[in-house]
Amino acid sequence: MKPRRSIKDPRGESLLFRRRALAGFVLIVLCLCLLVGRFVFLQVMHHDEFVTRSQANRVKPRAIPPARGLIYDRNGVLLADNVPAFRLEVVPEQVKDMPALLERLGQVVPLDPGDLDAFRKQLKQSRRFESVPLKLHLTEDEIARFAVNRWRFPGVDVVPYLTRRYPLRGLFAHVVGYVGRIDADDLERLDPKRYQGTSHVGRSGIERSYENILHGTPGYELLEVNADGRTQRVLETHAPTPGRNLYLSLDVRLQKAAEAAFEGRPGAAVAIDPRNGQVLAMVSVPSFDPNLFVNGIGQADYAALTNDPDKPLYNRALRGVYPPGSTVKPLIGLAGLETGMRTPQDTVVSTGVFYIPGQQRGYRDDQRGGVGRVDLVGAIEQSVNTYFYKLALDMGIDRFSAYMGKFGFGRPTGIDLVGESSGVLPSREWKAANFRQPWYPGETVIAGIGQGYWAVTPLQLGHAIATFAGHGVPYAPRLAMATQGGVNAAPQPLANPPSGPSVIRKPADWDVVNQGMQQVIYGARGTGRQLGVGFPYLMAGKSGTAERFSRRSEAYDTNRSTEYLATRHRAWFVAYAPADNPQIAVAAILESGAWGASAAGPIVRTILDTWLASHGGEIADAKRLSVSAAPLPPIARNAPPDAGVEDSEPVEDLPAPATSSGGTP
Amino acid sequence: MIEALYARAHRFVRRILSRPRIDLPLAFGLFVLALTGLVTLYSAGDGNLALVAGQAGRFVLGGALLLLVSRIPPPVLRGWTPWLYAGSTALLLVVAVLGEGRGSIRWLDLGIMRFQPSELLKLTMPMMVAWYLHPRQLPPGWKDIVVAGLLIAVPAGLIAEQPDLGTAVLVAAAGAFALFLSGMAWWRIGLLVGAVAGMVPVGWHFLHQYQRDRVLTLLNPESDPLGNGWHIIQSQIAVGSGGVFGKGWLHSTQSRLDFLPEHTTDFIFAVFSEEFGLVGVIALVALYAFIIGRCLWIAMEARDTYSRLLAGAIGMSFFVYVFVNGGMVAGMLPVVGVPLPLISYGGTSAVSLLTGFGVLMSIHANRKMHL
Repeated sequence: MKPRRSIKDPRGESLLFRRRALAGFVLIVLCLCLLVGRFVFLQVMHHDEFVTRSQANRVKPRAIPPARGLIYDRNGVLLADNVPAFRLEVVPEQVKDMPALLERLGQVVPLDPGDLDAFRKQLKQSRRFESVPLKLHLTEDEIARFAVNRWRFPGVDVVPYLTRRYPLRGLFAHVVGYVGRIDADDLERLDPKRYQGTSHVGRSGIERSYENILHGTPGYELLEVNADGRTQRVLETHAPTPGRNLYLSLDVRLQKAAEAAFEGRPGAAVAIDPRNGQVLAMVSVPSFDPNLFVNGIGQADYAALTNDPDKPLYNRALRGVYPPGSTVKPLIGLAGLETGMRTPQDTVVSTGVFYIPGQQRGYRDDQRGGVGRVDLVGAIEQSVNTYFYKLALDMGIDRFSAYMGKFGFGRPTGIDLVGESSGVLPSREWKAANFRQPWYPGETVIAGIGQGYWAVTPLQLGHAIATFAGHGVPYAPRLAMATQGGVNAAPQPLANPPSGPSVIRKPADWDVVNQGMQQVIYGARGTGRQLGVGFPYLMAGKSGTAERFSRRSEAYDTNRSTEYLATRHRAWFVAYAPADNPQIAVAAILESGAWGASAAGPIVRTILDTWLASHGGEIADAKRLSVSAAPLPPIARNAPPDAGVEDSEPVEDLPAPATSSGGTP
Repeated sequence: MIEALYARAHRFVRRILSRPRIDLPLAFGLFVLALTGLVTLYSAGDGNLALVAGQAGRFVLGGALLLLVSRIPPPVLRGWTPWLYAGSTALLLVVAVLGEGRGSIRWLDLGIMRFQPSELLKLTMPMMVAWYLHPRQLPPGWKDIVVAGLLIAVPAGLIAEQPDLGTAVLVAAAGAFALFLSGMAWWRIGLLVGAVAGMVPVGWHFLHQYQRDRVLTLLNPESDPLGNGWHIIQSQIAVGSGGVFGKGWLHSTQSRLDFLPEHTTDFIFAVFSEEFGLVGVIALVALYAFIIGRCLWIAMEARDTYSRLLAGAIGMSFFVYVFVNGGMVAGMLPVVGVPLPLISYGGTSAVSLLTGFGVLMSIHANRKMHL
């Protein structure tokens, strides 16, 4: 113990403090003297110089916003343009009474609540001497009326600017997106220096994800002002650097044909070049006019868009999730080959119903009595459920989801757009995380035909089919193909290297599945028999019909009319061509289609036809079919016409976990 | 019951008003300063009386808080100190988690008013360091210095993270002054200052890009003609053209023609220098020096270690405001958002400064008696 350490010495401390306070004060006074010294330096030694500069101080800088980069399709068709327009701007510092000014101004130029709201928000954020845009895109009438009354509104000015225009309106609304007025939230994330004088920023789509490339760098000019602060002349101009132009891999012709093929029925389609991941077409139907959003959308227009039951603002290609149904069967078959669970020659007997050994619950084929003995090619051709029920069950859910995950299911594809959905790849982990329940074998069985927990976006399915068509080499889908530093500069391609090595180990496995998918189009019992008629190159495809609801009534079994089924089904079709050297892969979904091949198939065929036409009808390095040899006449089966293209359906509902667990040995 | 409470409150208010426990020289200094502020603001705000009235209202509110706080005896304040410190630091954490603000996150929305917790720490920080050192053996050894250093570093780091470098510097300085006044050995101070100087290149990497730009702009104002470079140049022209005697009240051309940005808030000192010249500057700086000196005097008269350290730290951190703001206006220091105390337009800083002086008044009222 050292008592001396713990005894305080108040008197000593007081003295110590006194010394310290004095020392501190001396230091402070020295620093203040230094400060005053600096003022002496400015106010005495350099006084004359600063007086001269103050008198000559008639120069003010003003930012010049850069022109936004243009957006073209792959052939140079303009998708997003800049057009001159005028807007009202207010310099807050020069306005004595803002509410009164807005009140009076509203009588000359109509100001709607949206404009005022955005203005007030931005007013709070900006410095008092920086002008704030009040109303964009003035009409000629408004400009004229303001010009006459201008003397009443000091601090308010009509300023020219460039506004964005989308000449093709709704056609690219979901891909190119649109720009919107900069608001308070944008100001938080944007670099104020780069955005001085700029009123718009990319809000969605390409406009948003390539904001950095499209925006450019502002310049400034030095203005001479008179004693009232009015501009007299421009002394110096430092030009802004315009944003770079962007070339997209999309083709306007494909996009138009694809959109038209939907005939306004809700759905989505994606076409991808399997050799490099370039997106050739991406549509979501219905769409909307992006020009409405550029200068602030009116409340009535916005309400009309949000209240539309078909949800035109919803990007189905990127965000819509649907069960993939039978479209994933070829990939599941591939999984069987690649994991060594099956050889191409292995067969399964389809009797019409499949049972998990030891369980009572039956999983039906779509054809009563089944189709008999089939191998993998036959199972893909006729979409035989039993083959894939058994294969999935034999693989087990862990191997199943591990392999299917290689094709990008259950996670974003990495396309250069914001807001992509992940979908769901059924797996033990996913179920545990979302339901806190164990996995049941019955769920593996229905996962084998793309039902159950499965959820994919049209983009994900297109990406998976493109990955397969490209012999398993995965590319993240890309919309932007090249940037360009000016109208006359050479476009600089943006690299998109494969995101990994090929996911297929044995080329022979690919050949077998490819053959199965060709049989879907050309086989005697193929589900998509009519779709290849007249197409001069080899096609490969797969239909899919996913159920939207659980079956609750008997009506399903008796009412087989197309209209009724369309309300219950989602129709898918996926395809690629030419099958001997794939250069385009397409996935299309019709939200209300009776059967995959008959409803969504023609949409895919239209896209392929247009793609072929865009290549002048000739595709390099692919076998050209003699047209007479191409199609096989539809073979009448002992089934109604609808059933001719009928797809596989699970007849049972999702097995209820409680009963399934009872049946689990 | 309610009547009894009311009567008590009434007595309390009457006692404050009838027998104010204030130090007259300090109160006088603050009064002159506030008056100077209003006069300058009238000119800088282009004769906008609403602006001046608003500021005067804040002074009244701040003055009321000053009187109220002056009634709290220092020992009571000392008892509250750890809670106040913990509370204000917790609020900083809340701001970090869910605060809202633009660009930098500093504000907490209370529904009625928006509130900046970092403002509280300007006061609770020196209180905490003083509270910690109060029962210890002084001068402090390394262990106490490290503990006090942590008490300073955690909230200051949170504030710098917001990012609000100006306030972080003020808060850290307030704590550091308490440590300095406690008698920390000079060689230890030298060692620490040397270490901090050695850390400067490392700290540079942790600065936000805009903060680095501000420092670089100071070295070469012409490089940034649209931003802070412009501010620095215009502010120096305003100061320099004022000369020895100034252009006279209401005659500053720089702010009138909108060349000087933020001329009612951060750059109001430039307007003052332009209108009142070097003579005005010296007078104002002398007034600040007088207030700081009076604070230190009150500190020396204080009864215990806690009061001494707290009063001294509050007085000395007042200096930091003046030096940082003056240095910025004169182009000596980078542009940071530190107001000129009691002159710049703006509510929170005026109110919190006057509350701090309330603590000084209370310490003065409870000083040692020389019998």
